[in-house]
Amino acid sequence: MASRNLTALRTIWIKECTRFLRIWVQTLVPPAITMSLYFIIFGSLIGKRIGEMGGFSYMEFIVPGLIMMSVITNSYANVSSSFFSAKFQRNVEELLVAPVPNWIIVLGFVGGGVARAILIGIIVTCVSLLFVDIQIYNLGIIIITLLLTSSLFATAGLINAVYAKTFDDISMVPTFVLTPLTYLGGVFYSLTLLPEFWQWVSKINPIVYMVNGFRYGFLGVSDVNYLVSIGLLVVFNVVLFTVAYQLINRGVGIRS
Amino acid sequence: MKALDISGLRKTYKGGTQALKGIDLEVEEGDFFALLGPNGAGKSTTIGVISSLVNKSSGDVKVFGHSIDQELVEAKSCIGLVPQEFNFNQFETLLQIVVNQAGYYGVPRPLAKERAEKYLKQLDLWEKRNEPARELSGGMKRRLMIARALMHEPKMLILDEPTAGVDIEIRRSMWTFLKEINKQGITIILTTHYLEEAEMLCRNIAIIDKGIIVENTSMKTLLSKLNKETFVLDLPIQSQPPALKEFEYRNIDDHTLEVDVNKDVGLNDVFRQLTDQGVTVLSMRNKANRLEELFVRMVESGRQQAGEA
Repeated sequence: MASRNLTALRTIWIKECTRFLRIWVQTLVPPAITMSLYFIIFGSLIGKRIGEMGGFSYMEFIVPGLIMMSVITNSYANVSSSFFSAKFQRNVEELLVAPVPNWIIVLGFVGGGVARAILIGIIVTCVSLLFVDIQIYNLGIIIITLLLTSSLFATAGLINAVYAKTFDDISMVPTFVLTPLTYLGGVFYSLTLLPEFWQWVSKINPIVYMVNGFRYGFLGVSDVNYLVSIGLLVVFNVVLFTVAYQLINRGVGIRS
Repeated sequence: MKALDISGLRKTYKGGTQALKGIDLEVEEGDFFALLGPNGAGKSTTIGVISSLVNKSSGDVKVFGHSIDQELVEAKSCIGLVPQEFNFNQFETLLQIVVNQAGYYGVPRPLAKERAEKYLKQLDLWEKRNEPARELSGGMKRRLMIARALMHEPKMLILDEPTAGVDIEIRRSMWTFLKEINKQGITIILTTHYLEEAEMLCRNIAIIDKGIIVENTSMKTLLSKLNKETFVLDLPIQSQPPALKEFEYRNIDDHTLEVDVNKDVGLNDVFRQLTDQGVTVLSMRNKANRLEELFVRMVESGRQQAGEA
């Protein structure tokens, strides 16, 4: 049983990775270009006038946030588009007729999203090296935050795809929820620059914890305690995984 | 052993449509079984419930003794499904599609690749193995779905209208293939609109209409119920249309005659009468598939009974 499940998991994961690698022009190239523009415009041009932030050059300060931004959007987009396409083309039925436990289905798709996020993270990091020397304060925290954040947003993408009925439905959340939260999540600024009230409001935004946890791993500075960041990420992961599992179990959007 | 044992199966969809109204069905291991019915009769819903794509409202389904409620994994492992619509990823290659499907059933990748070669070759698709599925013809896509369904070597293959839209040559080659794997011991359940297909392949048959099983019997018994057939006779061009006593007949045009013949009367008298009139019969064929006539009659009588009730 365990070996069958492992084979099924590996198959879903390989299928997912093959999918995003097959369409690399759509999946891997755009984040590299977008982030290069961010580094040039915000880092080099505007950043020089901003000066230091949190004791680091502005470019050094925004690199972890920009990597995290790519990780968030790509892990989410990978699973939401892949699972919705599988629903739309009905090839999700290949999984539903097979003896694959539903938690394996969730894990397989999420694993695919995490793989893409890691690859994008590496690509964006390499691009950033063209503009700034990156220092690493704590590699363990970087890896843990990267894995937990990508798995969280991959799971969220899956939940979005389960409910989605049209392609518009999978672009609504990234456009109207994810992008504003990311921009307001401290990617480009330290929360300490905000008035106290807005600092407090910002701390309701979960992305603040991810960006700051990740930044702590690189720079050793953060607006929030990194342990709180990791703790929240674990809790969110457990909650969303449970929700996604229950939805697949009930066959929402995939079984009549 | 029973390959499939369905009792009291009901399905009501969210909108309130009652697709299955309590059907009972048994299929023996090794059988080649046909499930026939007009569009919207409940065939695909039945198959959907058996293969876990549709949640049933009530009733029991057992596959080789495994209940889909208590032993779903075991039940699923016994089934290979060939659905009505193409449901593979059109951008993946044939090899990826079949190897991945095997993986979902826990077949290790090296073994899956061996089986992929075996089944793609048997279904004449091996040359296309590295092409994306969207580039295949309709017939090839159907065969790909059969290959995919066989990758975990199931005990039972369910085919939902597998030859729909397929040309006659490919249809016949698929029939030969299905007969062959049935001989090897795989139980086959088939739904089809081509009644000739059911007559050619299946030993037992169930007719379903409006969510109710109207008939469930052997093909032999079913065909024995047919007591009248219509023959079309091709004649040389006639100046005077021929006439037949004690037969219902129609002169379609100046060289085609249609005759209804009761099974217990036979054709000799038709030929005798035509010979007496100096008419030569050039060729003769059944007007419609015999099963088709019977099928229409049964569905109509089932509906009348339901109406009376």
